[in-house]
Amino acid sequence: MFRQAQWNEKVIFELGAKGRRGYFLPRVEDEVSKLAGNAANKLPKTVERTQPPKLPELSEVEVVRHFTRLSQMNYCVDLGFYPLGSCTMKYNPKINDALVGVSDISELHPNQDADTVQGILEILYTLSQWLAEVTGTYEVCLQPCAGAQGELLGALIMRACHKFNGDVDERTELIVPDSAHGTNPASGTMAGFRIVVVPSNENGTVDLKALKTVVSSSTAGLMLTNPNTLGLFEEDIAEIADIIHSVGGFLYYDGANLNAILGKTRPGDMGYDIVHINIHKTFGTPHGGGGPGAGPIGVSQELAKFLPVPQISYDKKLSRCYLDYDKPQSIGKIRSFYGNIAVLLRAYAYILSMGSEGLAEAAEISVLNANYLVKRLSGIRGFELPFAKGRPRKHECVFSVRLMYKETGVSARDVAKRLLDYGLHSPTTYFPHIVDEALMIEPTESMEKEELDRFVEALKKISDEAYSNAELVKKAPYNAAVTRLDEVQASHPKTIALSWRMHQNRNVIKAASS
Amino acid sequence: MPKARIHPYIPNGVPETKQEMLQEIGIKTIDELYSDVPQKLRLKRELDLPEAMSEQQVRHHIQTSLNRNRNTKDMLTFLGAGCWPHYIPAVVDNIVQRSEFLTSYTPYQAEISQGMLQALFEYQSMICELTGMDVANSSMYDWSSALGEAVRMAVRVNKRTEVVVPKIIHPDRYATLQTYIDPLKMRIKKADYIRETGLINLEDLKNQVSDKTAAVYIESPSYLGFIESHVKESAQIAHDKGALFIMGVDPTSLGVLKAPADYGADIVVGEGQPLGNHLNFGGPLLGLFACRGEMELIRQMPGRVIGMTATLKGDRMGFCMALQTREQHIRRERATSNICTNEALCAVASAAYLALLGPEGLRELGETVMIRTQYAVSKLNLIEGVKTPLFKSQHFKEFTVNFDKTRKRAQRIHQTLLKEYGIHGGKSISKEFPELGQTALYCVTEVHSKDDIDQLARGLKAILEEER
Repeated sequence: MFRQAQWNEKVIFELGAKGRRGYFLPRVEDEVSKLAGNAANKLPKTVERTQPPKLPELSEVEVVRHFTRLSQMNYCVDLGFYPLGSCTMKYNPKINDALVGVSDISELHPNQDADTVQGILEILYTLSQWLAEVTGTYEVCLQPCAGAQGELLGALIMRACHKFNGDVDERTELIVPDSAHGTNPASGTMAGFRIVVVPSNENGTVDLKALKTVVSSSTAGLMLTNPNTLGLFEEDIAEIADIIHSVGGFLYYDGANLNAILGKTRPGDMGYDIVHINIHKTFGTPHGGGGPGAGPIGVSQELAKFLPVPQISYDKKLSRCYLDYDKPQSIGKIRSFYGNIAVLLRAYAYILSMGSEGLAEAAEISVLNANYLVKRLSGIRGFELPFAKGRPRKHECVFSVRLMYKETGVSARDVAKRLLDYGLHSPTTYFPHIVDEALMIEPTESMEKEELDRFVEALKKISDEAYSNAELVKKAPYNAAVTRLDEVQASHPKTIALSWRMHQNRNVIKAASS
Repeated sequence: MPKARIHPYIPNGVPETKQEMLQEIGIKTIDELYSDVPQKLRLKRELDLPEAMSEQQVRHHIQTSLNRNRNTKDMLTFLGAGCWPHYIPAVVDNIVQRSEFLTSYTPYQAEISQGMLQALFEYQSMICELTGMDVANSSMYDWSSALGEAVRMAVRVNKRTEVVVPKIIHPDRYATLQTYIDPLKMRIKKADYIRETGLINLEDLKNQVSDKTAAVYIESPSYLGFIESHVKESAQIAHDKGALFIMGVDPTSLGVLKAPADYGADIVVGEGQPLGNHLNFGGPLLGLFACRGEMELIRQMPGRVIGMTATLKGDRMGFCMALQTREQHIRRERATSNICTNEALCAVASAAYLALLGPEGLRELGETVMIRTQYAVSKLNLIEGVKTPLFKSQHFKEFTVNFDKTRKRAQRIHQTLLKEYGIHGGKSISKEFPELGQTALYCVTEVHSKDDIDQLARGLKAILEEER
């Protein structure tokens, strides 16, 4: 039986006592004070802080205990199955964490002379070459901090190229399928495009007829993940590429689902012009509770000149790496420095550990696992597999519990919450939006068959519960750190409390025993 | 041919397991699952990547590459300019290395993710205490992109078309801002600085700000290290024209420097890296983002925000993601930002760091940094031909060192210092600010002892005297 720790842990501001501290600094040497004087005392009154910030006052051990207790109330990949669709929660190899913990990486400053950082530059340069090979693109930029920033960069590069070609004012529309990740339309809007939604056909893939009617000389490009969010391979991708290219648009690959096709087929070969890679998904780097990740993008030869500066390059003559700022057509910068290096180094280690064969096997087994789940879940009462029955899924599958909801009132949300009681994380829910009561399941290659079976058995039990005792499921979870939370209250203007001071000023969130 | 090996990361790679699963699915080979991938699109060769290495080989291979670096722990270094060296207590690393935090996803399922949610809520709350703001989000990518997002937010609030920034600003920050707002067809105006002090020229600022101005952005400490003392007046100028006032901060200064709220800031951005996050060659960083508590501002905020709530039963307080209807996964093309993956774990590091330091530690940090900076300035000024800082203002952590009178190029001095004395000096800014001559930007924090600073002074003195 799973039981998550239930520390009734106070908010850190309620812990500790005045005067306690968790760290003190080295004393300033007398000679230093003598020569410098107390610089802080010389601060003009206009800039001096008179009220110290109301930070918590805790001893070292209290800080450690507090965060350790919190950590025990957090589910993670190292504890068990985490089948969030499109998030690719695969195992995060420990060796990779060990490698970034050493000062040879953690204590490198980005402004150091290139001569003193040849080791890391070479690793990054090589990684960019490998990612270009994996995606079938011409050049890779490692800078974006996340997939969504890769998308924004990609959309800005489309824009830059249209500008270069002199028709940017005409190219106002970016097309996304109705099954796209939410970041696609959001990134497109940020890059200044109007979003045009193209519907899926009855097979769950892009409707070619509809696509042909929406493309025009206004089309800047199309953003499409493949396999798509239903886990289906867009088999018409070559034709889709032709349609977009025929009107002068660019095809953008959302890399969230790249894991399924590693070493099998490449976005560049399918006709994509721009590709982002979610390092924290496909290349096994930890998600850190929401980040940091990394979202490098690869582009075709035509678009390489627009990539941000600096590009990490290799000088063959001098056999040394350098930061190349000499790119007059570059869109400029999207962040400070060169990328989320501690994340990228883990990906480099991951590729070394996997090798070309291992990456292809990861794809195969992730697909095998997903299809195994399709088969085993298909018979469960109240579960349906919408779209393209009988067609193989790739790395993920989307089930609908629409029927169960209709018959018992138990929704996808309820199923998700009840799964937590079995010590399993839930799938992604209510996505893609074209599926009612959706459960989007991505097992990845990391999960052993026994864990997959445990997941199947849990869902079977939940289905039984839904049809015999719906209330039980609707009030779940019972075994997590807290019972079901009121998420509406958290966002309501009358009760919203987004910081401790906001809570104290308003004091509207109340709970009996806290 | 050696025997095929089962990869340690792929449990179902065992042939018998595979067979069993294929049988259950009702197919013979995994290839059948790829039957819908057109033949002409298939990769008919292996990827051109190295063969798989064992963990032992991976470790050796990478360590060998990394050994070619010289890091700031084995080379006395005075670099800042967007990424700053600070001592990180062991507790901080210990906390963020806990796999419960490290290997979890965005806390969509709140009930089973209370640990991360509460830690992020505490981070937000501490950033609010530092800045005096009511709300902070649970992180942006870095200071640069946070600034880009802040200006975009200002435009959503007041629908205006211009932004005014100081002429002295980090070039990466400026360039990122340009990239972020370029699609909005906005104009960026630069307010000049007073030559003698570096401070913002209020007269010029006033001329640049109009009823077209969406936001005025000011930093303190500035990119070149001096403490900006014209913040309050700048905020007033912005507000007089109905513009929002955005302030950029180095949070380590906020134990000694006034909270942005006290100047009238509407939005605060900054770099959280110095709060407990390693240099890591410049990434990941941690974008700070906070604003005042009016709902019309909060609704336009970018990024994830964690809120307090209670259980439906009402027996316990708890935490969950709030205001998700602003976000891309719900609002799609009408979202306030596209940000999804952020820098959550760096935010947890900062929460732990701030909890350890507390108000007293943060004040001590600010004072130590300022005293050591002042000591370095005094020491270097004793060297003939060196002028530091260029601006007659008080400095925090960073300061300009000008070599014009030595008749040597800053880059040349830097090279000699590095090659012959093994000391890495500051960042040359001669190209960024040609009007400042042969100048480098040096950084001194609590990690630099008296001996370290003396060693730098001796090195520079020797170079400049010897070359005379």
